[in-house]
Amino acid sequence: MVKALKSILFLFIVASSTNAQDWNLKDVDVINSFDALEQRFVLKDGGIHVINFWATWCKPCVAELPYFEEALLATEKDKIKFTYVSLDLEKHLDSKVIPFLNESNIQAEVILLTDGKYNSWIDRVDPSWSGAIPITLITQGTKKVFFEGSVHSAQEIIDLIKKVNI
Amino acid sequence: MKKTLLSLFVLASGILLSFTLPHKGYHVGDTATDFSLKNIDGKMLSMADYKDANGFIVVFTCNSCPWAVMYEDRLIDLHNTYAPQGYPVIAINPNNPEIKPDDSFEGMQMRAKEKGFPFAYVFDEKQTVFPEYGATKTPHVYLLDKDRVVQYIGAIDDSPKDASAVESAYVANAIEALKVGKRPDPKSTKAIGCSIKA
Repeated sequence: MVKALKSILFLFIVASSTNAQDWNLKDVDVINSFDALEQRFVLKDGGIHVINFWATWCKPCVAELPYFEEALLATEKDKIKFTYVSLDLEKHLDSKVIPFLNESNIQAEVILLTDGKYNSWIDRVDPSWSGAIPITLITQGTKKVFFEGSVHSAQEIIDLIKKVNI
Repeated sequence: MKKTLLSLFVLASGILLSFTLPHKGYHVGDTATDFSLKNIDGKMLSMADYKDANGFIVVFTCNSCPWAVMYEDRLIDLHNTYAPQGYPVIAINPNNPEIKPDDSFEGMQMRAKEKGFPFAYVFDEKQTVFPEYGATKTPHVYLLDKDRVVQYIGAIDDSPKDASAVESAYVANAIEALKVGKRPDPKSTKAIGCSIKA
């Protein structure tokens, strides 16, 4: 009996964990001001936050996201939060972003930032940022690491995380 | 003695190198060098070919980046407004078509025809011009004056996604400033763009 219950429970867990990656419109937070996004950069619990700026139209961004997913899994026990900030157009959320998240089985949190006054906030992410994507920002408390460009392995991301965590 | 001199020389050139190596392209106030790049009509084009220019709207752009595409109509308008006043648009495609097939020379010709580009659209085929300027993304504007001195670097305006919501038309404002002998303000801005595919 216990065994049967256990296997039912197991099946239930497996089923729910595969379902957990079904992305719907409500799963992506649409944020229309950088101020509101910025408040989420530093985690209140003092944890490490890996934030990647990307878009479905950006080929190198889409190419590197699997490495972020890999890094997310590899660092799971360290309780590192991963957030992907999409700069897609809002009208493409349903037609492009959601299908991409489902196809790629994305596990991280995804935010759509629609604040179009780029010149007012790009420097606030980092003054060295040219405005090209992808970029990666890692925060922990007052510490911050900024990287402009693509990564080509999960290890590169883990190395970036180590930089903030010294 | 010779040895000391030599090591001094090595040291000095090392210091020199360390200062010159991180040349990350032009800043406002730098003089841009001319280029000779193939235009969509098949002919080589240089800034020197424009005899009556008061300046140039040099824009690194391409066919494949949605953010560059969103600005195509506005580039056409800029050229139609300012070329007669001596400020033509010169569009430069810096991308490697092996990475972005849509950005091939033929692709450029096709897009220019579709959109009826009134301006030159040249190909930085050897990818030597964009690093010289320091362009990192498309679209990325360098406004030059008559002496090819860089007067403004950055975005075309402050509203890439919606032309009707523009509050600051950066490039147009910068040209208006130059026309009356003033320095553009702001002299540089930032916008999201597609990284240049090298």
